[in-house]
Amino acid sequence: MHTLEIRDLVVALTETPDKPIVKGVSLTIKSGEVHAIMGPNGTGKSTLSKAVAGHPDYTITGGDVLLDGNSILEMEPDERARAGIFLAFQYPSEVPGVSIANFLRAALQARLGEGEDLDAVGYYKSLYAKMDMLKIDRKFTSRAVNEGFSGGEKKRCEILQMAMLEPAFALMDETDSGLDIDALKIVAEGVNQLRGPKLGVLLITHYQRLLNHIVPDHVHVMYDGRIVKSGDKTLALELEEKGYDWLKTETAPAVS
Amino acid sequence: MQPLEQPTAPDAQEAAQAAAIGIDQSAGDFSYDIKYDYDAGNGLTENTVRYISAVKKEAPWILDFRLNALKTFLAKPLPTHWATRDLENIDFEKIRYYLAQGQKPKRTWDEVPEDIKKTFERLGIPEQERKYLAGVEAQFDSEAAYSNVKEIVAKQGVIFMNSTEALREHPEIFRKWFGKVIPTSDNKFSALNSAVFSGGSFIYVPPGVKVAQPLQAYFRINAENFGQFERTLIICDEGSEVTYMEGCTAPKFSTATLHSAVVELVALKGAKIQYITVQNWASNVYNLVTKRGLAQEDAEIKWIDCNIGSRLTMKYPGVVLKGRRARGEVISIALANDGQHQDTGAKMIHAADETTSTIVSKSISVGQGRATYRGQVYIPKHLKGCKNNTECDALLINTNSRTDTYPAITVRGDKHATQHEASVSKVSEEMIFYMQQRGLTEAQAMSLAVNGFINDLANQFPMEYSVELKRLIELEMEGSVG
Repeated sequence: MHTLEIRDLVVALTETPDKPIVKGVSLTIKSGEVHAIMGPNGTGKSTLSKAVAGHPDYTITGGDVLLDGNSILEMEPDERARAGIFLAFQYPSEVPGVSIANFLRAALQARLGEGEDLDAVGYYKSLYAKMDMLKIDRKFTSRAVNEGFSGGEKKRCEILQMAMLEPAFALMDETDSGLDIDALKIVAEGVNQLRGPKLGVLLITHYQRLLNHIVPDHVHVMYDGRIVKSGDKTLALELEEKGYDWLKTETAPAVS
Repeated sequence: MQPLEQPTAPDAQEAAQAAAIGIDQSAGDFSYDIKYDYDAGNGLTENTVRYISAVKKEAPWILDFRLNALKTFLAKPLPTHWATRDLENIDFEKIRYYLAQGQKPKRTWDEVPEDIKKTFERLGIPEQERKYLAGVEAQFDSEAAYSNVKEIVAKQGVIFMNSTEALREHPEIFRKWFGKVIPTSDNKFSALNSAVFSGGSFIYVPPGVKVAQPLQAYFRINAENFGQFERTLIICDEGSEVTYMEGCTAPKFSTATLHSAVVELVALKGAKIQYITVQNWASNVYNLVTKRGLAQEDAEIKWIDCNIGSRLTMKYPGVVLKGRRARGEVISIALANDGQHQDTGAKMIHAADETTSTIVSKSISVGQGRATYRGQVYIPKHLKGCKNNTECDALLINTNSRTDTYPAITVRGDKHATQHEASVSKVSEEMIFYMQQRGLTEAQAMSLAVNGFINDLANQFPMEYSVELKRLIELEMEGSVG
């Protein structure tokens, strides 16, 4: 049982530290829970996830992020990753010339101690089992990471990596962006397969439609750098019906 | 297994310096005490050359060849009108031009001295690969310390010996081509090599013989201020095929070391030669090598050349396409770390109709490392149907890295096809963050990115070499990030 606690977090671009984008967000995710953060574009949802993962473009100017009670802010991005935080990227980077199989192998090897070697046979067995589960063609793994991938392929590649690295917490940044409805269903199915008591998920999305396929336990609405409303899955439906404008009027008194 | 002897430690100041510029060259950073039975002393005079020739009990024509070469070397200026002025820092007076252990080449692994076995062990050559060494010629300083031509190769009539032996025992085969592909006067360093050469491999493959097993040699410099001048000549008779592999690691010394080899390949009608090099020189080595092949009708010569380390490497493997439909190919990978300059490239001289050449060069510059591609493609007017394809890609790791490309392509006449592509890319912060987010350290991410960049070329290396290459790149990248 793990806990990821985001406490009163303030985040700005590293080059403009005095202009916060995330303006004091608090959120606690426990293993087994799926939280969704919704909100209009430019309200700081993606910034929040990147800052938790340690992206160098962002600086945390206030608050803290605690993994099982310990702050991770002093940790390098790779240390955070090995500690169990996985970020599914909105725009995953290409890694030319490095096959998915080799990339994942290197990532798993990096989690072992010095002198320990990843068992190659066991690795491929587990890789193929996860690919079968996610209905991914085996030829996929010999392709270079994200190189020339369609939007759907990129997202499936992210899900496959998540399945193999078995993080404690997955931050999924706009996983549905750029996907048609079929691709969206496939990706959602993948996430649902991985859902379980050992995994905590923070789902960042602009649209309600993803939440038809991945049903969250908790829904938070983010607006202008803050979480302005939290609730259960019905909040997402309400939002769908009324639109984000409804929030502006709702939250106006609180902001002023 | 016996415990290893403590390698000689570099002095503290040097270690601090190395740490400051962030180079980890520990893979080759050690040396063992060796008694040198023969030593030509420092500096280069006619006496040095006579001494070397006498120790080797050479025929008079070889001594004459050496003495002529010495004159050429002394007369020729350094090529600093186009090459780096760093060449001026070589102190030819301080170099020892010849030393050997006075041993005859060994026939079996058991006969190889423990010290040398230890060196191989320290190089991290895996157990499997040590078995490979049974078919290997390994040069330990000037003389081949170990030479064991596989029985099957000998049965095929293949001659595989060091330069001294070969010129003594088979002058009728080797004299004809010795110094013909690369004349003594080709450049100052080929002249130097011709004067003081020692060691290296001479190979003759009889007509129609296809050598299935790649022939290998491991080279190693192991004495301070000691220049190594090996000489290699491979002759593939009509319709024959051979693959030759050389790999080098050198211990690090406090003063500059010179390595200047000459490698000549001759592929007669329809023959195929593939020559593979993976080098990891210590960062104070000048590696100035002349490599050229001559391809007759329907013959094929392929150079696969990988350069890591050294202070300055200048190397432009070439093919003279002498016979109709001859093919030449150069695949080169260079990695320049802080304080290193890789000045590499290729030469393709088309001298017959319908000849084809391909050059693929990839360079990586790390920190203040500098990579230069220098290419020369020449197709004269009177020929027809010649083709050249040149591709050079550079990868910059840091903003202060440097890469230059000088592709000289001279095509006369209008019945030819040439194509040239060049690209420069950078490892982006976004890519590194992506990989770090998967748990790789910054250094691991860098080395994976670099390995990905050269992956399509590295795949052309034999398995054990591509593994070694990957390991060398990891070592280089470990030291290159904060």
